Amino acid sequence: MTTATTTAPSGASSGLESGAPRRGVLSKLVDRVGSGAVQVVMVVLGLFWLVPTLGLMVVSLRTNQVNSAEGWWTIFTKPAELTIQNYANLLGSGFTASFWNTVAITVPTTVLVIGIAAMAAYAFAWMEFPGRDALFLVVVGLLIVPIQIALIPIAGLYGNAGIFGSIPGVVLFHVAFGLPFAIFLLRNFFVGIPASLLEAARMDGAPEWKIFVSVVFPLGKPAIASLGIFQFLWVWNDMLIALVFANTGNQPMTKYLQSQMRQFGSNTDILSSGAFMSLVIPLVLFFAFQRYFVQGMMAGSVK
Amino acid sequence: MTERLDGRQDPPAQKVAGGASTGPAETPRTRRRLGPSPAVAIAFLLPAALLLGIWVVYPIVYSIFRSLFDATGEEFVGLGNYMTIFTDQGMLTTIRNNLIWVVVAPILVTTLGLIFAVLTERIKWATAFKLIVFMPMAVSLMAAGVIFRLVYEEDPDKGLANAVLTTVHDTFSSSQGYPEARAREGDQSPVAAQDGAVVTKQPAQAGQPVLIPIVGVKPELLPADAQTAKAPAAAGDGVTGTVWFDFTPGGGGQNNVVDGTEKGLPGMTVEAVRNGEVAATATTAQDGTFRFDGLAPGSYTVRLPQSNFEASYGGLTWLGPTLITPAIIGAFVWVWAGFAMVLIAAGLAAIPRDALEAARIDGATEWQVFRRITVPLLSPVLLVVFVTMIINTLKVFDLVFIIAPPSVQPQANVVALEMWRVSFGGGNNQGLGSALAIFLLILVLPFMVMNIRRFRRGVS
Repeated sequence: MTTATTTAPSGASSGLESGAPRRGVLSKLVDRVGSGAVQVVMVVLGLFWLVPTLGLMVVSLRTNQVNSAEGWWTIFTKPAELTIQNYANLLGSGFTASFWNTVAITVPTTVLVIGIAAMAAYAFAWMEFPGRDALFLVVVGLLIVPIQIALIPIAGLYGNAGIFGSIPGVVLFHVAFGLPFAIFLLRNFFVGIPASLLEAARMDGAPEWKIFVSVVFPLGKPAIASLGIFQFLWVWNDMLIALVFANTGNQPMTKYLQSQMRQFGSNTDILSSGAFMSLVIPLVLFFAFQRYFVQGMMAGSVK
Repeated sequence: MTERLDGRQDPPAQKVAGGASTGPAETPRTRRRLGPSPAVAIAFLLPAALLLGIWVVYPIVYSIFRSLFDATGEEFVGLGNYMTIFTDQGMLTTIRNNLIWVVVAPILVTTLGLIFAVLTERIKWATAFKLIVFMPMAVSLMAAGVIFRLVYEEDPDKGLANAVLTTVHDTFSSSQGYPEARAREGDQSPVAAQDGAVVTKQPAQAGQPVLIPIVGVKPELLPADAQTAKAPAAAGDGVTGTVWFDFTPGGGGQNNVVDGTEKGLPGMTVEAVRNGEVAATATTAQDGTFRFDGLAPGSYTVRLPQSNFEASYGGLTWLGPTLITPAIIGAFVWVWAGFAMVLIAAGLAAIPRDALEAARIDGATEWQVFRRITVPLLSPVLLVVFVTMIINTLKVFDLVFIIAPPSVQPQANVVALEMWRVSFGGGNNQGLGSALAIFLLILVLPFMVMNIRRFRRGVS
């Protein structure tokens, strides 16, 4: 800091050896050219990230004949080739059922994870019981357990219980593997609730479940929103759990589309339109709630 | 009563406003008198404990035992399944791929995220850029896989990656390739094949048109802009000639003669050769004619070099056995760069501007500021991103499964995919599958320990 103050009056902005007066003009020029280059680089990079998804959209709006003859970018010269035929065909295929299966899996999972994790998180944050901290460390440890570890044992268990292939089986699997992250996120948030609020309620003699429902849950809304959107997207986008635990009648979109992958060329119409349909809802959610999405991601990754 | 309510307020209330951030490991213990009994706590924990116990903890224990038995689960094989993982040829490819993933992908994602985070600070449309790069995070890996199957399509007319590559390539070298095309042979033909090239049998003279009949041009490779071949007009001093497709569709036509319906072959490189040295080069026009101007008097052999008969550049075989893993890593980077960018940008925003300004005033260049101040101050965030990416690469499944075509999957295989394949995707060997699952767990174990330690220290 001392050196900074001594050199500051000279107005030097860099340590180059060249003459001081010209430095300002030169560095401004360098800045301008540099910032122009940055703009160009960023536009190119932005295109790299945007164009592949755009390509999927255009491909989904053209027939297989057109797609097998030419690249989607020819759309700029032949906009007449656009058609919603693929989407119309999709409605009559097995895709529609798989869309509703995705909903039937995702919504209950999200609700259950939030409810169960919030209860546990409240206990971890504001209740005294032996082994609390050790137990929470177990939860932290379980955060990154690979799903693969449970596929074989739970498949056996579901077989015995008669729920293999069913939607409840898929939901319960998702809930269990969603819990460590959910408990971790919510507990860290609940810990920040002002103690005075809880103590006031407790001294009024309110039962714990009532405090949970009327004090903790409403105060935790920002974190619950983050968790909800994260959990929703995670389950909506899952393929592995569905591949193992959902049978054909109960399969979500990801599994249905995967089953069409083998003949990629001849199924491009179904695959492109189906894949695009599957990402419409996540994208809408993402743009609507991106703030919560980012918060949840940060809280979850800064372990 | 009141002094308790107004007294110590820990933890700080700002946490509520600041969103969920990692709190201290120890929660306050001041409410012992007022807190509920352990029985109530157990009731609140029970659903989560049951689910975690049955679906997560029990499977770990079960898998350890199951991995010691054979495919049917009847015969104890000890560490036999683990031996298979490290000796089987296909498995070794799988492990090698995972190694490539772990070494390459996290570095790429973290570096790109850092570059993006730093550069977005210098553009006005930073929010738009961040949204675009972050968007793939919301998309399923399945959809991302379909997106990149389309991008990596090998035909440059359909796949974006090769379309870009061939466009860039053709900008720098404009040869039009005619693979499998060749000189018309026979005594009547004015040309002959020589070491892959086509040469005239008679030396060309100024004022005497050179005819170069070519056959075997694949119709689909004939350029759309090819025009009907013209018999070359004899020009005064230059050497002129025509390269054309000596074939009349539907039959008829005379060999070695420009018939008037036959197509010229545009884009051919033509060389005038004298004493074994190239004296001049020309390229054929749309009607197949070419012209050498300003040649020194003398006799020349006209040659179509071999490069004309090689396939034109068609880009890379992204989905072939060699490039498949780099190609899928490309898709992975596309998905995760936004995550890295957002986390690092948040870390960047937290760096005190004073430190950077002080360094700049002291005469540090932008690069020095970046290298010596920004990066060291960001190192905790960079580590978090890096470790998260390592864990993600170890678990990578969907992208490989979707992007790699079935015939190339053995070369693209990774442990997480092999685990599914061996136990459910037709392998039906749950012993080996369990061993692979445990192997995967052991791979992430160091990071699990790291998480717990960091959390206990309250470092976040």
